[in-house]
Amino acid sequence: MMFMVIKMNNTYKAVMDRRNEIMKKSVGIDYNVYEQDGIGFDYELMMNSHGYDIEKIKKIQSENMVGNTPLVELRNLTKYSRKYAKKGYGARIFLKDEAANISGSFKARRAVLAVDKAKELGYKGVIAATSGNYGAAVAALAAKAGLKCIIVQETFDSMNVSQPEIAEKARKCEAFGAEVIQLSVGPELFYTFLKLLEETDYFNASLYSPYGIMGIETLGREIANEINEKVGKFPEAVVVTNAGGGNLTGTARGLKNYGATETKIIAASVNLYGLHMASDIDFNKKSFTTGHTGFGIPFATYPDRSDVPRSAARPLRYMDRYVMVNQGSVFFMTQALALLEGMERGPAGNISLAAAFSLAQEMKEDEIIVVQETEYTGAGKHLQPQIAFAKRNKIKIKFGNPLDEKPGKTIVFPKDGSFLKHQEISVDGLRKTYLKRFIDFNLSNKDFQFLSEELGISIEKVKELI
Amino acid sequence: MIDKGIYVRIRKTILKPNERSENLPKETKQVPYKMWVKGYLQKEADLFDLVIIKTVTGRIESGILKEVEPPYKHSYGDFVPELSKLTEIILNDVYGDKNE
Repeated sequence: MMFMVIKMNNTYKAVMDRRNEIMKKSVGIDYNVYEQDGIGFDYELMMNSHGYDIEKIKKIQSENMVGNTPLVELRNLTKYSRKYAKKGYGARIFLKDEAANISGSFKARRAVLAVDKAKELGYKGVIAATSGNYGAAVAALAAKAGLKCIIVQETFDSMNVSQPEIAEKARKCEAFGAEVIQLSVGPELFYTFLKLLEETDYFNASLYSPYGIMGIETLGREIANEINEKVGKFPEAVVVTNAGGGNLTGTARGLKNYGATETKIIAASVNLYGLHMASDIDFNKKSFTTGHTGFGIPFATYPDRSDVPRSAARPLRYMDRYVMVNQGSVFFMTQALALLEGMERGPAGNISLAAAFSLAQEMKEDEIIVVQETEYTGAGKHLQPQIAFAKRNKIKIKFGNPLDEKPGKTIVFPKDGSFLKHQEISVDGLRKTYLKRFIDFNLSNKDFQFLSEELGISIEKVKELI
Repeated sequence: MIDKGIYVRIRKTILKPNERSENLPKETKQVPYKMWVKGYLQKEADLFDLVIIKTVTGRIESGILKEVEPPYKHSYGDFVPELSKLTEIILNDVYGDKNE
């Protein structure tokens, strides 16, 4: 009798070629069901066909110590911001303290549904590819659900040097009993991730599945409801730190579904222009590992670059404005939040706060701007080790005009609060980049309808931009 | 000699430079793609031996033994004088002379 040994072909190309079948098996969703003729797919059908309504989501979250975080008015920071505003200007700044979630960030809202779904479908464990707070969130909730967990991180450059923040995230995942797989710099993380899904048959707790987005809708709803209860109206603006687009998409959907349709959705990212995200050299020259333009812009202009066939994070559908702030300004505001409001929080969670400090000055003093997240702080995940790390990597630290900061070369702190200003990124410019790959397509009316929804603009405007 | 059952960290080359993705910056393309993972040593070994470990989820991995009982080394960091200046700026902006 002969035994056949079937060995999988695990070369880079062979594994990448199997990606669709691996994905389908590991995420419990057949994405083909949502595809339409032409370029589009049915986004709302994809978002609404997984057995979760808002009441069920709220129940699952509250049972897992997720959501219902405090909303606090930052009176001292508002006063500080008004110092630089015209008379009658300077909006009231509110902050949603998402660090109070089970794993220390809003990412718990995303992880809890993915883990719930994995459990329901009978998977033994969950895997997530993330160097960020999402890993800790999946690990914490998997621990609570009795599932195994593997977190795959981009951690080291080729000299084996790790970002302090990522080292802390690994520690936190391990504290929840997860296995942490650490990788050197490069997009081949996805290859390793696919191989692990095949090897373990675990659930892919993707940040970009419908579960990963639906869970954030409660955040938008809580903001709308709590501001309305406190001041009798919905906020004029909500600022959202933008990287993969999920935070913005989920928050905006929650606000709109609650009725806050006039609230402006403002994306904010740290300016890391000039640094290449797949560069082994640039990797440790940045002080922010997420919430930056290196993720925010490519994911906005091409959402389906993610780890699922159709990303549920589609920020251009909801984004009214997109602003960026420099690294020095975010560190400045992290220090100000501690000194003036008594809240010590992680720097990466304060990107939208830095933007809000400047944006509030354009708004009237009876208007409300909400910063929708904070994150936990700790060893590594704190401005002091991050700035010390930057200095070791030969980044010059200066005081002056933050607009002079050169990512990878300098960090410029505002020399006083009046210098802390956001910069506008053209949303029409992003829409044009999104549309670029369809220039040579013979687009049908249905395609234009899809693009109009994708970009949050009229069909006429789509035709004008393309 | 490191005993069987000790918690260790291994390193493994996943892809050699010529096996890596095509679309990479030069500096990334010329270095191997590596993985670090922790687990329990399955047979006694010496540092830098090729070893087999069992991870906390029960997976078996092999690689070069790099670290025994791997510590966490990240911290709150060295003193950064610029942060003291930042504090001074913020408090002066808000409280002015009263801050003396």
